[in-house]
Amino acid sequence: MIALLIRDLRIAIRAGGGFGLGLAFFLIVVTLVPFGVGARTELLRAIAPGILWLGALLACLLSLDRVFALDHEDGSLDLLATAPIPLEAVVAIKALAHWITTGLPLVLAAPLFGLLLQLEPRGYPWLVCALLAGTPALSVLGSFGAALTVGLKRGGLLLSLLVLPLYIPTLIFGADVVRRGAQGLDVTTPLLVLAAITLASVALVPFASAAAIRVNLR
Amino acid sequence: MSLWEYANPVKFMRLTDRLWPWAMGLAVVTLVPGLIWGFFATPDAENFGSSVKVIYVHVPAAMMAINIWVMMLIASLVWLVRRHHVSALAAKAAAPIGLVMTLIALVTGAIWGEPMWGTWWAWDPRLTSFLILFLFYLGYLALWAAIDDPDTAADLTGVLCLVGSVFALLSRYAVNFWNQGLHQGATLSLDKEEHIANVYWFPLLLCLAGFVFLFLVLLLARTRTEIRLRRLRALEHRERMQ
Amino acid sequence: MSLLHIHDLCVARGGMAILQNLCVTLDRGQAIVLRGPNGIGKTTLLRTIAGLQPGHGGTIKLPAEGVAYAGHADGLKPSLSVLENLQFWASVYGGRSIEAALDQMNLADLQHRTAQTLSAGQKRRLGLARLMVTGRALWVMDEPTVSLDTRSVALFAQIVRQHLAAGGAAVMATHIDLGLPEAHVLDLTDLRARARGGFTPGDPLAGDYF
Repeated sequence: MIALLIRDLRIAIRAGGGFGLGLAFFLIVVTLVPFGVGARTELLRAIAPGILWLGALLACLLSLDRVFALDHEDGSLDLLATAPIPLEAVVAIKALAHWITTGLPLVLAAPLFGLLLQLEPRGYPWLVCALLAGTPALSVLGSFGAALTVGLKRGGLLLSLLVLPLYIPTLIFGADVVRRGAQGLDVTTPLLVLAAITLASVALVPFASAAAIRVNLR
Repeated sequence: MSLWEYANPVKFMRLTDRLWPWAMGLAVVTLVPGLIWGFFATPDAENFGSSVKVIYVHVPAAMMAINIWVMMLIASLVWLVRRHHVSALAAKAAAPIGLVMTLIALVTGAIWGEPMWGTWWAWDPRLTSFLILFLFYLGYLALWAAIDDPDTAADLTGVLCLVGSVFALLSRYAVNFWNQGLHQGATLSLDKEEHIANVYWFPLLLCLAGFVFLFLVLLLARTRTEIRLRRLRALEHRERMQ
Repeated sequence: MSLLHIHDLCVARGGMAILQNLCVTLDRGQAIVLRGPNGIGKTTLLRTIAGLQPGHGGTIKLPAEGVAYAGHADGLKPSLSVLENLQFWASVYGGRSIEAALDQMNLADLQHRTAQTLSAGQKRRLGLARLMVTGRALWVMDEPTVSLDTRSVALFAQIVRQHLAAGGAAVMATHIDLGLPEAHVLDLTDLRARARGGFTPGDPLAGDYF
């Protein structure tokens, strides 16, 4: 299983863009926002938590269609399905690899983007906290969508349509943590709910993803 | 004789052949008088005006929008566990009806909201939840449409319906947490009939029943069509083989 | 001591039966070559044996985790080297040594090249080397000799023979003569599903209700 994780990370590094592309996309979104809404500090400060979460969400979505599609094309998925590792573990590992290549860089770079959007200084720790607690759920749910659409030729758009509604709870609680943190309010409730959603998703969704992949391999 | 007997398409077709006219009749005798009574024979409410009459479409449509999703969830579970084709096809047949019901609920809600709150749309938890439900219906239908093999499509949409149900419910509570709204909560819901005067309640009840029967009529017709389509596919395949 | 036992299997593609009444028993040391025109269901049958899709009616008995499957695609990552590709599959299947496989498939000189620089035949050889590191008894191979030159085909035949001698077994679909006289040939043409008009056993849609 570790071999699988190492392989996926190695491919992401060698293929180029695995780490960088999501971040670059995030940067572009954050750059475009002030052009759209105006550069007034108080306005940007008010919408910063939401924009940062939306950017993270879209950056995560960008690389999802590759999670299983490449392995499906070159036959690796067939071989992994007949391998001694349970397919549920394969799915979970691939979601983890996706998180390490897109989610983790976003978490680490988010304070910089917060700076661009004039986020309140006291909001930074909560921004990192919320992204750290929430982005694993984005990867796991996204890999579920990728598993559903793995056999389809034009799966990319459908993938977004299937996955984005599933992101609503994570987005709501994640952005709320940052908003409350920035205003100096108590963040316990949304942060705990966010963590609960992530933990439950990580524990249960791989079973659904594995079932979807088995169906798609038929 | 168990209920599962009717999961056999042959038995299902035979039964629904007899059942369908009755469902149609019941839908007509409940919905037509219910709507006429509601629209023309009830007084205007003193604080709502005549716009209140939209509830005879709005409330039943909203109720069906949720219940159809629940029905799809149950049908998907039956398909995933017991592999009855009729069940999967019924879920497929129900989805567009649910989508339209959600749309009706949203549109009539907007039409009612304008005179009531002075706005066509507000990011109120209930309205938002229905919008989210609409998105889930869209995703479900898009997945059905995207996959060619019928059994694969049934399996994948079944799994999506399962996971989607959990997240639709989760979104409902998340949205509540996110924004406390302005939609009146209890006055028009089914279990709180004491808040609504009898003069409005009886026609509403008739309309609610009417929408249930209307759904049944549409569902049976669509499921029968889906079964015939599957049968047609199979026959075409047989012709190619020979 | 049979490794694979198939009884009265019906195989379906897209929900329609294509092969039926299939009975096969394969002992250790035996190989079967599947023959038949395109579209008869060779790939579908191989995938069913490998457990990638369900059979309809009938039984397939084989030891748990006993199958190594090789499909049309080789499961190689273009950006990884030959060595890394093979090492990955070896560790997924339980960490066997890969030197022997590299040597026997004539890949030792190529081991540090990335897979994207290999020719189609070299990729194929790497895909077959993967079978050797799985350590599994039953090899299920779909057109294993595609894009192999004559010498590599001979190499492949020798490796299959060696696998059989070591107590393994193989099922493969191929059109060319491998030079494996000991392999049984199973022609699927006679097993085409006709009797039920393409319906799988127990398919409720097969009933007449019009």
